[in-house]
Amino acid sequence: MGVHELENLFQQKVDHEIKIEPKDWMPEKYRKTLVRQISQHAHSEIVGMLPEGNWITRAPSLRRKATLLAKVQDEAGHGLYLYSAAETLGISRDEMLNQLHTGTAKYSSIFNYPTLSWADIGAIGWLVDGAAIMNQVPLCRSSYGPYARAMVRICKEESFHQRQGFEILLSLSKGTPAQHKMAQDSLNRWWWPSVMMFGPKDDESPNSVDSMKWKIKRFTNDELRQKFVDICAEQVKILGLQLPDNDLKWNDERGHYDFGAINWDEFWQVVKGNGPCNKQRLDARNKAHNEGAWVREAAIAHAEKKKQRTAKAAA
Amino acid sequence: MNNKEWPLWEVFIRSRQGLDHKHVGSLHAVDAEMAIENARDVYTRRMEGVSIWVVESKSIHASNPDDASSLYDPANDKAYRHPTFYELPDELRHM
Ligand SMILES: [Fe+2]
Ligand SMILES: [Fe+2]
Repeated sequence: MGVHELENLFQQKVDHEIKIEPKDWMPEKYRKTLVRQISQHAHSEIVGMLPEGNWITRAPSLRRKATLLAKVQDEAGHGLYLYSAAETLGISRDEMLNQLHTGTAKYSSIFNYPTLSWADIGAIGWLVDGAAIMNQVPLCRSSYGPYARAMVRICKEESFHQRQGFEILLSLSKGTPAQHKMAQDSLNRWWWPSVMMFGPKDDESPNSVDSMKWKIKRFTNDELRQKFVDICAEQVKILGLQLPDNDLKWNDERGHYDFGAINWDEFWQVVKGNGPCNKQRLDARNKAHNEGAWVREAAIAHAEKKKQRTAKAAA
Repeated sequence: MNNKEWPLWEVFIRSRQGLDHKHVGSLHAVDAEMAIENARDVYTRRMEGVSIWVVESKSIHASNPDDASSLYDPANDKAYRHPTFYELPDELRHM
């Protein structure tokens, strides 16, 4: 069968919602797109532990601390589900980690912002996990089987992440004036970076067309962003807080909220590595990886020794 | 530095007594014992399982999807293996 014929068969399967599995034929560009997207997604889960990890030892109560620990542990799990999904496409774990550690792979820019107050843990849960859920729910129907299955697990676990964040913000908002102010300040800092999480505008997102055709993605960046804004604009009223956007206004004609201009310069600056914490995050990842090297090596040595001992005993 | 990657394991979980073990994903571990412990942490944080199997991925042999049409061909023309193939009178209930 020629490549053209194989490509047609592949597209037919995708059009008929038949999942693509690891050993099935797939266009090289489909494989590459998936490897890039899934590994970036995995890296985001892993790096995403850093800003929140910053507050584990300073959580205001045991309940909050147990919750934050469980959430951060979930994010580690999400990273692992996704790395193993990407590995089914023929890339090794080491290669992916190497790409992260050398800065050749990207991760979500949102994690290059600092967590300055406890309220930031609330804002991250509500907005960052909220935006992630908005992105991830349609990915549960992604055309690549292992990715879709990993996303189903992840989405099930994400829901508590968002709820605990909302709860934190709500308690602070209803608390003392200083706590209320802390919550508002946190929203002021996290709102726009969260809106940017959906990626560049549709007309500046060249990979989107293929991803939609191949049903890796189901909605465009702008569609998801609008959905996110619409939902948050309502939920923020319950919080008794304000989103930092003077142009945020319900548009009856469109049936959506209008919102202000996004600072794309800032977005591209952070993507290019010039965000407030890019260097700090990469350094932390590299440090953890390098300082853990002896553990990985010792574990292999120990396993090999054990294997030899059992072989000897059997002989 | 030793750059050897830990072997890859496939993880299967029985979610409830009485159900089959089902494939849930994979992970890296140096041996079976560590694979089971890691599987517990990665795949059963919310009581998703009562039993875990791990199999080193290299021990799994899979059929080739390209051979699917010939591989399953023998079963393709045997409608008489299904109950609906048989025409029975309507009076006959519960069969
Ligand atoms: Fe996550
Ligand atoms: Fe999360």
